[in-house]
Amino acid sequence: MAKKNTSAVETTTQDGGENAIFNKETEGLSQGQIVLRRFVRHRGAMTSLFIIVGLILFVFSALDQKIGPFKIPGWWHYGTEDLPELRSEGCKEGLVGCPTFSLRPKFLGGAGFGLGEHPFGQDDIGRDYFALVMRGAQRSIMVMFVIGIIGGTLGTIIGAISGFYRGWIDAVLMRFTDFIITIPAIIIGSVVGYHFGNLGVGFLAFYLGLFAWTGLSRLVRGEFLTLREREFVDAARVAGASNRRIIFKHILPNAVGVIIVSVTLLMSGAILLETALSYLGFGVVAPDVSLGLLISQYQDSFTTRPWLFWYPGLFIITIALSINFIGDGLRDAFDPRQRRRITKKDRESAKTVKKAGA
Amino acid sequence: MVAYIFRRLGILSVILFGSSFILYNLAAISGDPLEALRTSTDPNAKQQILALTRTLQLDVPPPLRYFLWLKGILAGFTGHIDFGKTRDAQLVTSVISTAIPTTIRLVFLATITAIVLGITIGIVTALRQYSRFDYAMTFVSFLMFSLPIFWVAVLLKEFLAIQFNNFLANPQIPVTWIIGLSVASGVIWSAIISGDRKRVWQIFGVVALGTAALLTLLSLTSWFAKPGLGPIVVFGISIGIAYGVTQLSTGLQNKAALRSAQAMAVIALVLYYPNQWLFDHHANWLLILAQLAATIGIAFVVGLKFAKIDRGPTIRTAAIAGFMIGIITLLDRFMQTWNPYMSTDAVNFRPIPTTGQVNPLLEPGNFWFTTLDILVHMILPTIALTLISFAGYIRYSRGTLLEVLNQDYIRTARAKGLNERTVIMRHAFRNTMIPLTTIMVVDFAGLIGGAIITERVFGWIGMGTLFNKAINSFDLNLLMAVFFITASLSVIANLVADLLYSALDPRIRAGKG
Repeated sequence: MAKKNTSAVETTTQDGGENAIFNKETEGLSQGQIVLRRFVRHRGAMTSLFIIVGLILFVFSALDQKIGPFKIPGWWHYGTEDLPELRSEGCKEGLVGCPTFSLRPKFLGGAGFGLGEHPFGQDDIGRDYFALVMRGAQRSIMVMFVIGIIGGTLGTIIGAISGFYRGWIDAVLMRFTDFIITIPAIIIGSVVGYHFGNLGVGFLAFYLGLFAWTGLSRLVRGEFLTLREREFVDAARVAGASNRRIIFKHILPNAVGVIIVSVTLLMSGAILLETALSYLGFGVVAPDVSLGLLISQYQDSFTTRPWLFWYPGLFIITIALSINFIGDGLRDAFDPRQRRRITKKDRESAKTVKKAGA
Repeated sequence: MVAYIFRRLGILSVILFGSSFILYNLAAISGDPLEALRTSTDPNAKQQILALTRTLQLDVPPPLRYFLWLKGILAGFTGHIDFGKTRDAQLVTSVISTAIPTTIRLVFLATITAIVLGITIGIVTALRQYSRFDYAMTFVSFLMFSLPIFWVAVLLKEFLAIQFNNFLANPQIPVTWIIGLSVASGVIWSAIISGDRKRVWQIFGVVALGTAALLTLLSLTSWFAKPGLGPIVVFGISIGIAYGVTQLSTGLQNKAALRSAQAMAVIALVLYYPNQWLFDHHANWLLILAQLAATIGIAFVVGLKFAKIDRGPTIRTAAIAGFMIGIITLLDRFMQTWNPYMSTDAVNFRPIPTTGQVNPLLEPGNFWFTTLDILVHMILPTIALTLISFAGYIRYSRGTLLEVLNQDYIRTARAKGLNERTVIMRHAFRNTMIPLTTIMVVDFAGLIGGAIITERVFGWIGMGTLFNKAINSFDLNLLMAVFFITASLSVIANLVADLLYSALDPRIRAGKG
């Protein structure tokens, strides 16, 4: 081992020195371990991962959850259906239902640190806005994951098949993809809404997922087209592997970077798509709650009651931003050409290794 | 090549046929256009139902009605395209033809701004990879990716329109704002230019002091209420443009190019008052176009005059500089219009509107007033659209340029001793533009479909609004027309992008493989 180290860093050019540092770091690690290491080192992505996991736990445990006949109580004392009285103490003249959330301590003239009764305020009829925002965030997160899973699966399967088999299968599937791209999802939504009424947020996410795979399938197809010409695929075929085995065991693991990255981007796009559709009235409809719907209902009250507008927006941005950063971290981690910045410390440690070796 | 294009066009028409057929039937079963009339108590309801059935041919079942519709579309080959009639018995063609210019007006400028800004920032971040500016821009672009446009729109309306209008009543910039803006611009510029610590502090100091002085001057002279540049400032900016354009286009060591760009600035100064006279007495779009043509012509002559060898780059530099100086002159003219425009009764000192595409109260007739009116109505939607779309260009151009800079031909160019400007602008930037061009083509086509949400938030009536209205009122012909135009444009744009790619990049051949 020691001998290998020295030979790797003995090159004198700067480029060679950098290569040595990277080679040393990845020595003896599997591809998965290298990716994981790179991801963990990406500060923005790791912070975002913690934020999104924390947010999901926070949001989903806040309200009562009904799973079949069971009911898991949430830690927040209001639900979305409760109608407490509109409170007006502590608000500015002529306003009701203002937020009680305060960060300013008492000695600075504030109400002291605390959540209060309604930290995000109350809506027009007195419902607790914190509960509504929590419900909306649950909906958005759910839609995001459902679209990510359905779109990701469909896109991978269709892209993999058309890229692997080529020929007429490829032609048919890609024309089918073009065909799906031209159909606006809103139309399908309004057809379904007209005939079956409002089927709820789960169904919305489902059919949006059925239209979200097109970009991914093109990417995966491209990846499969190049990978299937590589030597290891030939080797596997000579060894007698079936098509299925080649696809799943040999090509797919090599394409998984592209897939994961574009699925995260798909998810961050999905959350904005859901809010946009709800804003236009084609997505989640009242009495159900979604973040886009909340903003659309209260956009005119920005000047008088800005909290009705700020909080749902901040949640949308936090979720989408975290997912985007995670996607960026994953892209860097999976990209073999991607190099992190070489710090002075790295050079120093490389030098000491060299000296020790000599 | 021709065979390839025809084959692609054939496939495209089959796809369009299939998706329009399915969409037509889906949309037809998505609602009943007569529903409101059936339940109405109006005594004429029956007649109205009959009339509507006749105009929309509702007695024909949808799958067959589709072919009637298709017949109207196919008549487009003979020059009489027929999209049918809307529910209000208007011709769809006329409704659409008023909406398309609105949409183009809305999205064109925003896309251009987004592209220019995004590519510029993307290139700067790639050249300063891993700098603080790079990290900051990465964060900003991800933030922009995550913003819902209707949310941004409300914020813009509040802070850029309502509060800016309040500010204009008494245009004194508060001291805290001056300090804040100066520090911010100092930080941004020192991060972009960068260097060792001393140089960073120098840049920061110069930029911050300069900004503070400028803002104080603007505040003291109430510039925002009565803006204007005047010939001297226009000339100063023109000289700056001359140097900047020459540096990017040919490099400052090309004296002929620099001289010709400077000559353009001098000519603009000489022609300042004649231009003002023309602007005052013969203002219309024809004049602006004629001036544009004259600028290019003068640039050509000036370029020929100064360049002894290698005339192309010199003429190009003079033309670009001349064009930009022309824009500044026009901008100056609009600034002069600002105060009179603000004082009209229709505007009443609140110039930045929050909704609408024109001010209906403004009396027509004055070219500068009506044009400025259109421009101020475009401000907010353009900023909103630019903000959410330029992040993509930053990321993409940064990634592409980084990839290009790793190529062997860049190393070769550096090794043979070319200066950095030539390496970046001629070898790296041009190759970065290849994939970006194809993305732009597809983007432009997608924009005609409209920015449904932007149009709705800002109260514009473009293609997006029509689409929305058509879905909500079950207006089949209108819906299909919007769909048909956007879908055809997007598939054609994809074809054009493929062809363009193979034309720009000789390594890629369309139609093979």
